[in-house]
Amino acid sequence: MDFLRPSTWDEALAAKAAHPDAVPIAGGTDVMVELNFDRRRPPALLDLTRVAPLTEWGTDGDLLRVGAGVSYRRIIEELGSRLPGLAMASRTVGSPQIRNRGTVGGNLGSASPAGDAHPPLLAAGALVELASVRGVRRVPVDGFFRGPKRSVLEPDELIAGFLVRPGGAQQFAKVGTRNAMVIAVCSFALSLSLETRSVGTGIGSAAPTPLRATEAEEFLSRELDWEARGPVPPSVAQRFGELVAAAASPIDDVRGTAAYRSHALSVLARRTLAWAWKGFREVGP
Amino acid sequence: MPELRLRINGEDHKADVAPQVSLLDVLREHLWLTGTKKGCDQGACGACTVLVDGRRIVSCLALAVQYEGREITTIEGVDHPLQEAFVRHDGLQCGYCTPGQICSAIGMLSEHAAGAPSAATEALAPEALTPAEIRERMSGNICRCGAYNGIAEAIQEVAS
Repeated sequence: MDFLRPSTWDEALAAKAAHPDAVPIAGGTDVMVELNFDRRRPPALLDLTRVAPLTEWGTDGDLLRVGAGVSYRRIIEELGSRLPGLAMASRTVGSPQIRNRGTVGGNLGSASPAGDAHPPLLAAGALVELASVRGVRRVPVDGFFRGPKRSVLEPDELIAGFLVRPGGAQQFAKVGTRNAMVIAVCSFALSLSLETRSVGTGIGSAAPTPLRATEAEEFLSRELDWEARGPVPPSVAQRFGELVAAAASPIDDVRGTAAYRSHALSVLARRTLAWAWKGFREVGP
Repeated sequence: MPELRLRINGEDHKADVAPQVSLLDVLREHLWLTGTKKGCDQGACGACTVLVDGRRIVSCLALAVQYEGREITTIEGVDHPLQEAFVRHDGLQCGYCTPGQICSAIGMLSEHAAGAPSAATEALAPEALTPAEIRERMSGNICRCGAYNGIAEAIQEVAS
């Protein structure tokens, strides 16, 4: 097995172009499981931990740009107030030991339907920045996933980072069987923007890819009392939950049944709506 | 096969290993530092927890070559009040998970002291290390004997 160890981003892109079947590795918390059990023996590993710019975050116009190699721990500690939904999800990723190493870039690269970072990124309308020696492109995250563990990432491309507009009220909830190391049975993220009076959603572990519930978003943005921030009528919350559940296409598997997932999603949708709207009413935008 | 140089418990070590080898396998199989235990080899049990530059990681999911030049601490290099507290509070039965529990708890106490929140923390920064906080923050370590009450009490004693 070859081991590629670039120290700059240009070297990393050149290495990926020369070795398109090399598996990129950052924190290692996903890739190592496959290597340890010999489920995968790639011809080469591409270690990205020496590429310093991947571990940086900063502003890009109105957006926050976060490098693919920023760990969950740093998202929780450094971006908790700017990206609350992603930070909440990050607090539930793996275990504390995993969060010290794992990265959102790795979560996107694995493109699992159960990836915890995906629902909040979908709800926030994030862009994923992909780069190769051919150039850089920014892909809306709801067009990034193509199937279970498949994405639009080309063989010569690497994930450079992601971009999100900070602010708004955001929530995340997931169902699992243990506090740590849970692969979500299902998960849901909600983002409400008072400024644009818009609603964002993200569903995890309940379809071949993470996905938005667009009908539920449109319904809720019409029905919420943005002006006076009045209480959400129970019928609106109920319908929102139904539309979120209807957007998913869950399956029966070892972690749960399709029927349970649909039910749980509607509960998570109502719950996160109550939390997020309460936050608005108490502290404002 | 490149030579790997690791700094472990304040000493320099060398090993010839393939690039895909985990830090855990280097510790146990190449350097005979067998205090660090292998449980699940997939990050779920926490038995292989070690400290790197003071932060806890699971060494089974750590690619060894990424840890050159870092300060690695395994249970063999630990001298901490938690060890006696675990004994006093019966924080173990078979003891297999204990090295990981101790390393994890050391990392956890410094995370809390540095102001890191957990999934059990309401606010952005934590308050006191309550039993609920300790249990959430130690949730990456499993004990099959079920010595959790003793483990939580030992950590609580050292924390306060």
